[in-house]
Amino acid sequence: MTAETAPLLCLLMVAAYLAGAAGALAPLGPRLTRIVAAAGAIGGAVAGTVLATVVLVGGRPLVVTVPALLSVGGGLALRLDGLGAFFLILVGVVAAPAALYGVGYTAAYQGRYSLRWLGAMLNLFLLTMSLVVLADNALTFLLTWEAMSLTSYFLVMTEHERADTVAAGSWYLAMTHVGLALILTAFVLLIPPDGGASFAELRGAAATASPALRGLVFVLAVLGFGGKAGLVPLHVWLPRAHPAAPSHVSALMSGVMVKLGVYGILRLALDLLGVGPAWWGALLIGLGAASALIGVLYALMEDDLKRLLAYSTVENVGLVFIGVGAGLLFVSLREPAAAVLALAAALYHAVNHGVFKGLLFLGAGSVAHATGSRDMNRLGGLIRTLPWTAACFLVGALSIGGLPPFNGFVSEWLLFQSLLPAIGSTAPLVAPVMTLAVGALALTAGLAAAAFVKAFGITFLALPRSAEAGAAHEAPLTMRLAMVILAVLCALLGLGAALILPVLGGIVAGHAGLPRLAPPLTAGPLLLPPGGAASMSPSLVAIGLLLAMGGAWLAVRLLAARGLRVGETWGCGRLGQTPRMEYTSTAYAEPLRRVFAELYRPTEDLAIEVHPESRYFVQSIAYRSEIVPWFERYLYAPLVGRIAAWAARARVIQSGSAHAYLAYLVVALLALLAISLAWSG
Amino acid sequence: MESWAIEVAQAALVLGLAPGLVGVVRWLKARLQSRRGAPPWQPYYELRKLFGKEVVVSRNASWLFRLAPYVVFASTAAAACLVPALAVERPLDGVGDLLVVVYLLLLATVFLALAGLDPGSAFGGMGSSREMTVAALAEPTVALAIFALALSAGSTNLGQIVARTLGDPAAALSPGHLLAFAALFIVMLAESGRLPVDNPGTHLELTMIHEAMVLEYSGRYLALIEWAAALKLLLFFALLGNLFVPWGVAVAAEPGALALALASLVVKLAVIAIVVALLETRVAKLRLFRVPELLSVSFVLALLAVTSSFLAR
Repeated sequence: MTAETAPLLCLLMVAAYLAGAAGALAPLGPRLTRIVAAAGAIGGAVAGTVLATVVLVGGRPLVVTVPALLSVGGGLALRLDGLGAFFLILVGVVAAPAALYGVGYTAAYQGRYSLRWLGAMLNLFLLTMSLVVLADNALTFLLTWEAMSLTSYFLVMTEHERADTVAAGSWYLAMTHVGLALILTAFVLLIPPDGGASFAELRGAAATASPALRGLVFVLAVLGFGGKAGLVPLHVWLPRAHPAAPSHVSALMSGVMVKLGVYGILRLALDLLGVGPAWWGALLIGLGAASALIGVLYALMEDDLKRLLAYSTVENVGLVFIGVGAGLLFVSLREPAAAVLALAAALYHAVNHGVFKGLLFLGAGSVAHATGSRDMNRLGGLIRTLPWTAACFLVGALSIGGLPPFNGFVSEWLLFQSLLPAIGSTAPLVAPVMTLAVGALALTAGLAAAAFVKAFGITFLALPRSAEAGAAHEAPLTMRLAMVILAVLCALLGLGAALILPVLGGIVAGHAGLPRLAPPLTAGPLLLPPGGAASMSPSLVAIGLLLAMGGAWLAVRLLAARGLRVGETWGCGRLGQTPRMEYTSTAYAEPLRRVFAELYRPTEDLAIEVHPESRYFVQSIAYRSEIVPWFERYLYAPLVGRIAAWAARARVIQSGSAHAYLAYLVVALLALLAISLAWSG
Repeated sequence: MESWAIEVAQAALVLGLAPGLVGVVRWLKARLQSRRGAPPWQPYYELRKLFGKEVVVSRNASWLFRLAPYVVFASTAAAACLVPALAVERPLDGVGDLLVVVYLLLLATVFLALAGLDPGSAFGGMGSSREMTVAALAEPTVALAIFALALSAGSTNLGQIVARTLGDPAAALSPGHLLAFAALFIVMLAESGRLPVDNPGTHLELTMIHEAMVLEYSGRYLALIEWAAALKLLLFFALLGNLFVPWGVAVAAEPGALALALASLVVKLAVIAIVVALLETRVAKLRLFRVPELLSVSFVLALLAVTSSFLAR
């Protein structure tokens, strides 16, 4: 396929999503509505992925402008370069399986929620996410960004009659609009007084802007986009909103939408602002390290499977930002090879996280679908009733735990390697920042492995802890197929690293003073970070592992005794085993809860009821423990309280009379006109 | 061709020596405690016995329980193949660096922890939860110590680190190296389940970590797991010996150099075994909730190692 087909593919993508949305709203039967909505989404996702591949392979960006639309802001301008193409592929690769999964998953929604609006919103959400990465001027970007936020808000609100969904939606809406205000300010500050707001013009304006203004724009962008990405301390909406949405939407929000926050920062910092001072990178590394650690520490304590996954998204976004920060730091230190490696590692982790987090959310969805519960303390033993889901979730858990030979291992290895070239630099900021980053990366890796052993082990292994878990059933074909696709992608993204890494290097090359031609990052099957002599080959490690396993199996088969007897689990002589003897999710995390007690400050409540005759006969024990996250207690609770108090005071001007409101409008309009006259005059 | 022969010989050597090393440590400990003790080759007998017995699997266990021993053994063996036990110049050196070794060992730990949960016994869950706690806290120390070594060697590849210290003997005594050694030594005790973190000799349920996790295993599965545990101990000993005191490791693939390498490896393993046996005779097991304190000591040591490597550029 040649570059000439790119505009056609772009049109096809938009048309497929719009057709999906319109078809879903059409008066069809519920089954057909689900299928039509998914078909539109899959068609759009495939067209988008092909379009991005064409642009990446052809090396020529796609440019489409429609001046007639949005004429005040310089027209609707779309342009797809390598960076945008990468994120468009991420959208497509997760969206297609998620939409397929939705066919089976939303069957249970029939009669309870509007399948039509769900299908339409899903298609519009995917369309706006795709257009965000295509936008080529400030207005197009901001409009599609806001449309993405709103459509995802409506998707979060699907199960609208639940109180926690409404609360989650309000948090999300508030946080995302604070973010939008910051991003809008960042763009407005960059727009030259006499010029337009196309990205090319912004690039020119940024080059001549004062360092203070550039720094301000950068900080605003980090706060605005960081809120969408889930950077600590702006992450509070994420563990509420992502679990509240339907699982295939959770997969899209956690796997893809948060990455568009990363895209925003890359577009603004790397592309528009260009080379910045060293503290830009250091700031991102610090925020990334904090997010990684806080995210994984709260994920570890979570008993709700989907909330655990949401907190782990905060962690992984933190890891991506460590890579982005290291990249920006090396850009400003004029070490292009190291910068390309760090940015490529960040992009690699971004796509990997999209795939395995998408997979894990789909897995959690089929667990909830089968048992009606997300509370791990009520699950267990699902590996027997949900074998496909269990196997796929295991692949996802191993990937996110950074274990060979899956994809998470490759990108974590690359992130680690990308910090090593810091040794060559004598800049004062480098040593403390890099030590912090390595420490955070390492602590995160270990804790993430523990969190996902808990998530998989407690949910799928041992005996079912409740009647619902015991009566679970495997997911329908569409859901299983979607999970298998993503699990296979986890393996392929790990094994094919030597083919993928040079492409990622090529995407970041040419931005922000980096050379147009990326340094070679691979040699044959080996990943070869530039500068250092370190090397690694995920495919050869996988072959070695398989050979060792096969050899051990064969040797045992040929030489060892072959008898196998099924017996009872050892219970210290006690006969009969019940699920009450098993470790629970809370118990599993107890040692680490004690180790980090200073951070968690758990409230514990132990009520023991004894027999009236003797206090040695215990009748019942009730144990409750709750962890209120630190940020919510000390940062957001006072803030929300203050805002609520102000809002109560502002109630005086809300009389309920339409006349008064019209008067306010007129006054506000006149005031704005007066200000703009005074400004220009 | 010749280098591949060395690779195969080295893998066979490590696999073969591992049970013996465990036996030697046990025997030394017995002698230090004025017991006669089992002979050093006792673990070989135990492995043969276990391989010859039938397996009893819990009614509640799934396929994961039967897969785990193979994954544990294979990933430990794969990690052992990457460690330069005898020679520096090896075809496998580029395939995986020190980080890959660490992640392969973590893969084994994760599968053991999952298998501990699978039969649904309280012991398995207890051991699994404790093992993952120790592993999660030991991991950052290992990574930081590696980073410290890599900063001075310019690479995380094992052959490169060894070659660099061989070329600049003064580096072996640099504060970064010494601190990283101390940190890795503590982590080695934790990761391979030695005192004062875990007691390899006990079967008292409330105090154990590793043994609680593998309580449900028997027969050939247990044999694979025990062998992998021995291999892990040898791997850590060899890393400590060859990364920090690299002298004796063969630089050229000549018979003389290789014989010398073998002799030096045996001497290094023996020295570390004596130190560990002495330590295990002198110290008592820590309470579980004191273990994180020990691990945070090692974490701080590793952090200091990185800092001093940065300062000593």
